[in-house]
Amino acid sequence: MNHSGIIEIFKQSATFALGKMLVNQTQDFFETLGEMGIRTWQVFYLTIKALVQRQMKWKLILEQCSRFAVDSLPITLTIVGMVSVIISMQVAPEMVKQGGEKFVGALMAVVTTRELGVIMSGFAIISMIGSSYASEIATMRVTEQIDALKVLKVNPIEYLFIPRVIAGFVMMPVVVIIASTFGLICSGVAAHLSAHISRLNYISSLWQGLYLKDIFVSLGKAACFGAAIAIISSTCGYLAYGGAKGVGLSTTKAVVWSFVAICIIDYIFASIFFF
Amino acid sequence: MSIDVRHLKKSFKGKTVLDDISFKVEDGEILAVVGLSGAGKSTILKLICGLTQPDSGEIVVSEGDIAMVFQYSALFDSLDVFENIAFALKERKEFKNKYTQKQLEEIVAQKLKLVGLEGIESKMPHELSGGMQKRVSFARAVVTDPKTILYDEPTAGLDPVSSTMIEDYIVRLKDEFNPASVIVTHQLSTIQRCATKVIMLYNTKIVYSGTPQDMIDGGNEYTKQFINACIDGPMKVAGSD
Repeated sequence: MNHSGIIEIFKQSATFALGKMLVNQTQDFFETLGEMGIRTWQVFYLTIKALVQRQMKWKLILEQCSRFAVDSLPITLTIVGMVSVIISMQVAPEMVKQGGEKFVGALMAVVTTRELGVIMSGFAIISMIGSSYASEIATMRVTEQIDALKVLKVNPIEYLFIPRVIAGFVMMPVVVIIASTFGLICSGVAAHLSAHISRLNYISSLWQGLYLKDIFVSLGKAACFGAAIAIISSTCGYLAYGGAKGVGLSTTKAVVWSFVAICIIDYIFASIFFF
Repeated sequence: MSIDVRHLKKSFKGKTVLDDISFKVEDGEILAVVGLSGAGKSTILKLICGLTQPDSGEIVVSEGDIAMVFQYSALFDSLDVFENIAFALKERKEFKNKYTQKQLEEIVAQKLKLVGLEGIESKMPHELSGGMQKRVSFARAVVTDPKTILYDEPTAGLDPVSSTMIEDYIVRLKDEFNPASVIVTHQLSTIQRCATKVIMLYNTKIVYSGTPQDMIDGGNEYTKQFINACIDGPMKVAGSD
């Protein structure tokens, strides 16, 4: 068998297919990462420029703020509330057994302000808002609406990205404050029902576990989550190609990348402020 | 000279789509670009309006706006007809705060009248038929009084009556604004009724350049195959070998 024959056989093998897939995936990963870096820089630069030139599209920003916070609130409250109840139901009876009923509120305060409130809100926002950003912009891409924007000399970054990113940056902390408060109320009710911890006991304990630093770090983290979700989802939508399949793939990609990104951001914040 | 394309070359992922393409379109002229699917016709439009950049060659377009009518209209589906047509006037920096709401309403009404669609300002794109969407996209394209208008298969997917109506609007826009226009089309009727000259693309090159009448009367072996819709001829459809 000659040399080219061996190559042909190798090209038909599963190893070659797997290797090719790996190379394509790696290439796609770095391309997407690069695009996100470029978009982040463009959003930052154009936002500063718009602020200086007083050409910020406030109407669009307000629309996106309303969408980001109001539309996502029911699902965010449901998720944060349910997770708070589940944790409280399991932790409170155990702490009562160990004689630690005075610390249930403090524990829930630390858990909710530092992690639960912000990360669960992040997951809810990704599934509700991030996916809709990606699919909306991807549909605009595959139906040539983004090309139409460019031909009409309207910068898609200014029109599509900046209002969404600002809305995410500003509204995510608001969502987190509301969701965390709701989570703490839910966990108090669950602690009372599952371990008979009195309301007074829970509230006085709660104040002991609330630290200003935790709250500010949590809000800073929420703002970064909001901006990251908006940039990642919008970029994934912007890079879509093909038809319905392309829209679906970009939405999936936006959700996966956003989940990973907020975990990385969460780790960075934890390393800097609590380690 | 409104559009002057010189020695244009464009490749995608190493595959040459256009090679050494040159043509000129004067104000008031309508150039029809024809050819088989995948010949690079729409790419020419995207190159002229700057959506993509050539590998080499030069495109000179006279000062003034370039408008494009997309194959499937590309109306912004989250905005109503008024917002779609007024979009450039509201969002472009040079027009920002130039027009009052009343003036915008007058301009939009005027453009809608031009395409025979008065009184549909509050409708959403999904409430319109394909032909109506196309006409709204015409109105959106001419809202800034462009000097160059590009049409990407303007009659694709429309019934013969709607196609004729669209062809009439193309001629009407030419009479109204005197722009240099380029139409990508597969329809002989569009070429006959609208175009003042024709180029045909095949295998990255221009294989015919002339007037619509010359093309129909004789042309060359490529245009004959195209007009007679023959499988046999110098042009091979991709994947047919």
